[in-house]
Order: sequence, then structure tokens, then C-alpha cells
Amino acid sequence: MALLEIRNIVRRFGDFTAVDGVSMDIEAGEFFTLLGPSGCGKTTLLRMIAGFDSPQSGEMLLDGKDLASIAPEKRPIHTVFQSYALFPHMTVAENIAFPLRMRKLGKGEIGERVRQSLEDVRLTDRGGRYPGELSGGQRQRVALARALVNRPRLLLLDEPLAALDMKLREQMQLELINLQKEVGITFIYVTHDQTEALALSHRIAVMNGGKVEQLDEPSKIYDSPKNRFVADFIGTCNLIDAEVSVAGEEKMVLQIRGLGEVAARNPGATGGAKGILALRPEKVRIAAQLAPEDDENHFKGRVHDFLYMGDVTVYIVEVGDGVHVEALLPNSAAGRPRILAVGDPVEIAWRYDAGTFLDG
Amino acid sequence: MAKHLGKWLISGPPVLYLIVFFVIPTCIMVLASFRYAGEYGGLAPVLLHDASGAHLNLTLESYQEFFSDFIYSWLFIKTLVYALVTTFCCLLMAYPLALLIARSASKYRDLLVLLVILPFWSNFLIRIYAWMILLGPQSAFSAALNGFLGIFGVGPVRLLFTPFAVVLCLIYVQLPFMVLPLYANLEKHDPALLDAAQDLGANAWQRFWRVTFPLSLPGIYAGVALVFVPVLGIFAVPDILGGTRGIMIGNLIKQEFLEARDWPFGSALSIMLTIGAMIIVGGAALFAGRRRSGDV
Amino acid sequence: MSKKLLAASGIAVYAFLYLPLVVVVAYSFNNSKLNAEWVGFTWHWYQVLLSDDTMLKAAGNSLLIALTASLASTVLGTMAGYALYRYKLKLLPVLVMAPLAIPEILVGVSLLIFFVAINLTLGLLSIMLSHIAFCVGFVAIVVRSRLSGMDESLPEAARDLGATPFQAFRLVTLPLIAPGIIAGALLAFTLSIDDFVITFFTAGVGASTLPLQIYSMIKIAVTPEVNAISTLLMLLTLFLIVVASRLSPDSIRGR
Repeated sequence: MALLEIRNIVRRFGDFTAVDGVSMDIEAGEFFTLLGPSGCGKTTLLRMIAGFDSPQSGEMLLDGKDLASIAPEKRPIHTVFQSYALFPHMTVAENIAFPLRMRKLGKGEIGERVRQSLEDVRLTDRGGRYPGELSGGQRQRVALARALVNRPRLLLLDEPLAALDMKLREQMQLELINLQKEVGITFIYVTHDQTEALALSHRIAVMNGGKVEQLDEPSKIYDSPKNRFVADFIGTCNLIDAEVSVAGEEKMVLQIRGLGEVAARNPGATGGAKGILALRPEKVRIAAQLAPEDDENHFKGRVHDFLYMGDVTVYIVEVGDGVHVEALLPNSAAGRPRILAVGDPVEIAWRYDAGTFLDG
Repeated sequence: MAKHLGKWLISGPPVLYLIVFFVIPTCIMVLASFRYAGEYGGLAPVLLHDASGAHLNLTLESYQEFFSDFIYSWLFIKTLVYALVTTFCCLLMAYPLALLIARSASKYRDLLVLLVILPFWSNFLIRIYAWMILLGPQSAFSAALNGFLGIFGVGPVRLLFTPFAVVLCLIYVQLPFMVLPLYANLEKHDPALLDAAQDLGANAWQRFWRVTFPLSLPGIYAGVALVFVPVLGIFAVPDILGGTRGIMIGNLIKQEFLEARDWPFGSALSIMLTIGAMIIVGGAALFAGRRRSGDV
Repeated sequence: MSKKLLAASGIAVYAFLYLPLVVVVAYSFNNSKLNAEWVGFTWHWYQVLLSDDTMLKAAGNSLLIALTASLASTVLGTMAGYALYRYKLKLLPVLVMAPLAIPEILVGVSLLIFFVAINLTLGLLSIMLSHIAFCVGFVAIVVRSRLSGMDESLPEAARDLGATPFQAFRLVTLPLIAPGIIAGALLAFTLSIDDFVITFFTAGVGASTLPLQIYSMIKIAVTPEVNAISTLLMLLTLFLIVVASRLSPDSIRGR
């Protein structure tokens, strides 16, 4: 039995359906991420799990028990809010003591657990400070400590790193992963940042328009997106309209307008099916001249445009009759790598199984 | 269920209080305007009992009286003119001040705004009384003004108990209501807009008329509404400074209630005043709304 | 507009705002029965004031009314402000704002008719009830503005960490909006002690307040005693407003 079972949850606000029949199982000890653009329903779903909102239909079971009739304060679920929601009129220590006081623990035990908790987040000397006197990263750690001090069954995190700058965010990502491993508490993490989701999670549910588009491990989500939305939302991707001309057992041949025939892996499509070929730029090889290899699609073209990004250069290559394909070249060669200029003739190639054909 | 209980426990008492001490009195006043005046002031009974039983004792007399004598409509028009002049003068005086505050260094802004509001927090009557002293025949202000006029051979003028005194004091008491919304608007303007206008070749006047002024129109509308409406109902200013020539509709209402004791007519006047104010404000809002949507 | 012209006109308007009040204060120390030329400094008018029984009685009434009205309207106004913030009620915003939006004279006369209709003798009680009615809205606005400045997730965080709705209100919401409530109370006190128009209609012959007393003195015979009481009243108001704006700057200034 999963720790949290979500069954057909629907939440409407007037005409707008924020969460549209979502079902998922979250296992104990998991770092689970809800990923999607703003307005996709991820925060609404999180608020329903916390108990601040209730679904119009569907049910949520925690350890097999229905959550519907349990008030937020009675749920063994705590939240790290996007704004952190630290009580500004209480010191750091009082903030962390708050959930313990609500459980009416003894003074001595509260003191001991607060001390321990401050130590865990390396804020021992900040207990007497007010939240307003802390830096962004410190506030974040207090919010985590406060939500964890009660040892909840489930910790909900609503874009907790959104307010931090880039450097601090990367550091906090590592801390979050380690913390989750240490405490072994199940995390449900909400974010619109795909890099963050890929870096942190055991599993990701990609949401859009109130529905789950794909639920899988990060590498599966990235390598085998299920549909156009996921392919487009996660990372960058060449999305090329294509039609299946010959469908084989394992391979197939796609007909692409302006380019001709392209070999691809067959995910189970039949001849005549229309869809798109999703191809990650880093899986496309590019050079002035390429020695052809087996099982590769090989095309000659010209550099249409390029973006120098420091670590890599992104080339937009025009092949065939006006088809644009993005390819990525690491700038890792010794010395200054020669940058292909606009208009230079180039060759590109990718293995038949580098891309994914998506129906529809 | 518990949610709704909390909602009613919290909003119930204030709602109940405001219904009893605001909504019901207002309804009673509306009803009063259709009743007859009592023999010794106040109101005659709503129900009359006679041989044929009880029947309603209501009348349109008060409203008929209002339209039968032009003097009342004239008083309305006069009040309207006072309010318009007051509003216009407030705008003229408030705009430079609001602009000055909005363009001064941000650390002084709060202080400068506070300085505008402080006099407004002093007692209403004291502010009127202050003008009574200033405009009085013995005051240095009057003496200086008459001395100045004397140079041009104009005889000494009386300031106190004139329409001039009324409008001057109305401007004085209403000025902050114009400054504040104007400032709130002007303060939000992006200074880069003026730089952009200058960069594109606009001189100081063009920058003002083409950029600042059109952007401040919402602030002007708000200020005009805040100044104009309360002036319509004011009675203390003309009562103290206006003499007989300077009275406004508020004085007539006060008189009907406290001196003439014709409550139905006083109520009718109050309702006419409210309706008049609503028509003007509604019309202005409509105009402002059309103006704004037309701009886009 | 040129900078100098702007500054000059701004200073002129400030002078216009303050000159009358300065004159009132100055004449309260003038050793002359007339508000005309400066004769010499004196405390005389303050002494006259302190031995004026009618004035002292009126001041006592004003204080009593302001205390009662501010206390009651703070309780009702805080509830209304919280309800405005928390619940989407259609009627409440109209009910709270309307008394502040319509000309004061109408509130005054309608309350007069109402009190007579229910046979309530005009006096202290009718004044208090009227003052509460118009102060509730002001307190509600101040409290609501304080509430909407509060991070909405704070009371939710309290619930999330195990507090009941009542505990969340008592331990988190209430301490956070307390400055707003106190500012609202001071505002209500100031409005009540300064009110003239509504008091004028609901006082009857029985009770007098400071503004009513000032009014009758202005109407009958102007003596510098009025300057003295005006100066004191200005000082009191100034003090209350400074305290209130310290507690809740936005709600007082940005109204």
C-alpha cells in the first residue's frame, strides 16, 4: 500500500477546473515532485493534501485512511510555504517550538527538541533572533526545521527555493536531497523549474491544465517524453512534424516534409500515423564533415544561426528544404574551439533511436 | 457548518448594528419625506384612524413644495456652483503641491504628505473659526488686503459673511482630499517616462501636458469626487462664515429640522441632495470610464 | 513645469494650510479680548477656560462619548474588518462604506428622525450610538488594511503545524493585527471627539460636547477662550494621530 493514494481528485473554481481527475500513488520515503507551468493545478493539489482546500470529488488516503474528514491541524502532514510563513512576531526558537506547543509537549522536551532542531539546520546561535533578521537561506532552513520538528509522515514543499538567488538555490538543492535521505520523510515538492525537478526527485508528475501528463523517473521523463507537452516543457527539444511511412517491428521510417525519409525507433505506431519527432539537440552530432555511421540519419545543411552559451554552442542548422534542426556542440575541445559561422556548410547526424516519435 | 457559524458570529454583530443605526434610519428618512409634518414639529402619524378604519397618511406635498418655488432649485444650483468652484480651485492648488511632493527625494515624501494631512486632523470647527479670525474686519489679513485695494482706489471690502468667505474656507477644508489621491497617482509614475519623453525631444511643458497630465487623470477624477460630494452637504461653513448671502442647501436642511421643524420637507431636501449627488457622481464616473476606454 | 515655480507654489499652499491654525494658536496667548493686534503674552485665556464649568462639562461629555464610542466601534469594527478580509460577503462592504461615503448631514438627520421615532431621549446615549455607527467603518478599513498586509499563509501555517482555527487566530493573526486594531481605536477616538455635524443633530438639548460648545461660542460671542480650547484640542488630536500613524502608517496615510 502506498503512503498517499490520490484517487480521481477534481477541484473546480467556478468555470475553471484547476485539478481535473488526478490520480497518483506516493510511496513512503519518496522524493516526489509535481512539476508544471503556473496554473497547472499543482499548488491546488498540494493545498488539498494539506487540507486548506477540499476536492469536489475523489479521495485521498494517507496510510489507507481517508483524509477528507480530518482538519488540517490534525493531519500528520506539514508544509514549507513558498513565502516560508515564519511568524514574524516570534523568535526562530518560538517558531520551531510552535508545532510542539500545539501538541502540548512539556517545556523540557520542547526545549530539547528545539535545540536539537536548531543544531540540525546549523542555526544554534540564531534561536533568539526574529525571522526579519535572517537571510533568505536561513529563513528557508528555519521553515524546514519548523515543519520537520514534529516528524510528519509527509512534508509538502511549495516552491521553497523560488525566492533564493541561483547560487544559493543550487546549494539548497543539495541540502534538501541530503536532508530527505537523513530524515527519511516523504517529500512532495512543487515547482515550475524543470532543472530543479530533474535534480531532486525520485519521481516526477508533469502536470498541465489540471491533468497529469506523465508520471515517471526523471531520466524517463527527459529521454522518453510521452507527448508534445512534456517534450516541449522539459528541456529544449526539436519538434518536427512527421508521418509514418513504413512501420517495422523495432524500427520505422518517417516521412518529413522538406527533408525526406528518417529512420526512427518504433514505439508501436502503425503506417500512416501522423505525429512529431522529438529530438534532443545534444543527441544531434554536428561537424563540418561527419563520417557516416551505421543506424544513423545523416544530412548536409548550412548554419542558419547560432547561440554561444559559454559551455556549449547551440546551432540552428537548415537542412533539406527549410527544415530547422537544433544541434548542441560542447566547447570542451582544447584551445578555442572553432565556431562555425552563419552560412557555413555543415553535416548533422543522429542515431535512429535518439529521437522519439509521438503520436498525434 | 462550523465554517458558516464562525462567519455569522463574526460578521453578525457589526452587520446588525449598521442595519439598526444606518439602514433603518435611512429608510425612515425616505418614508418621512412622504409624511405630513406634525402639529408641533416632527411628523404626523403614518396611519390615520377614522370612521372608515385606518388608512395611510402619506403625501407628495414636500416634493411638490420643492418644485413649486424656484428658490429651492436656485439654492441647489448655487450649492452646485460653490462646489464646482471649490473643486476647481482645489485642483489648481493641489496639483503643483502633489507634483512637488511626488518629485522630491523619497525620504522627505512621507513628511511632506504628513504636513498636508495634519491640519485636516484638527477640528473641523476650529478650521472654520480660524478663517473667521483671518477674514474679520480687524484682522491683519483684511487690513493688508484693503490697503492693497486702496492703492487702486477700491473702497474697503467686507470679507466675512460673504460667499467669498464660504468658498475660501471650503477650499481650505477640502484641499487635502484633492492632494492625497493626486499624490498617490503621481508618485507611481515611472520617472523613466519623462526621461524617455525628453530623449524623444519633448520640452518641459510638452513632457507635462503629453505625459504627466494624461497619466494623472485617474488621480484627478478621484480627487474631484472626494472634494465635490462632501461640499454639497456641508452646512457648518456657510452657517459660520456665510451670513445670509452665503447659505447653501445644507443650511436649509438644518433649518427645516432644527428651526422650522418641517421634517418631511427636510427629508425630501436630503433625498433630493442624495439623488443629485448620485447623478453627478455616476455621470462623472461614466464619463471618466468612457474617457479611459477611449484612450486605449 | 519649472522646478522653482513648482517649489514656490508648493510652499504657498503649505502656508495657506498652516497660516489659519498658527493664527488661532498665537491669539490664544494674546493679552487682548480682540483677535486683532498682538498686545502681549498671557496664559489668561487658559485660566478662563479651566474655570469655565460649561466648557469643562462639555469636555467631560466629549471624553466619555469618545471612550465609549471608540471602545464599542473597535470591537465591532475589528469584527467587520476581519469579515471583510476573510469572507466574500456582498452586503458587508456596502454597509461598512456607505456611512462614510454619503454627506454627513444625511447621517445626522436620519439618526435624528430615527431616535425620535423610537422615543429615545436625545442626549449622551443617542450621541454615543451615532458615533459608533460612523466609527465602525473607519476601524474596519484600518483593520482590513492591516490584515491584507499580512502574509495569508501565516494563519494557514499555524493550522498546518497543529493549531485549531481559534488558536491560529489568537496566537498568530491577533498579535499581528494588534497595531492595526489600536490604530483603529485611536482613529475612532479622534473622529468621535472631533465630530460636529452628526453630534449637532443627535445631541438634543440635554448634552453638549466640546465641538458643540465651540460652535455656540463662535455663533454668539467670539472670545480668545475659543482659541485656547482650540489649541488644546489640536494638541490632543496631534498626539493621537502621531501615535496611531506610528502603529499603522499605511492605514492612516494611505486612506
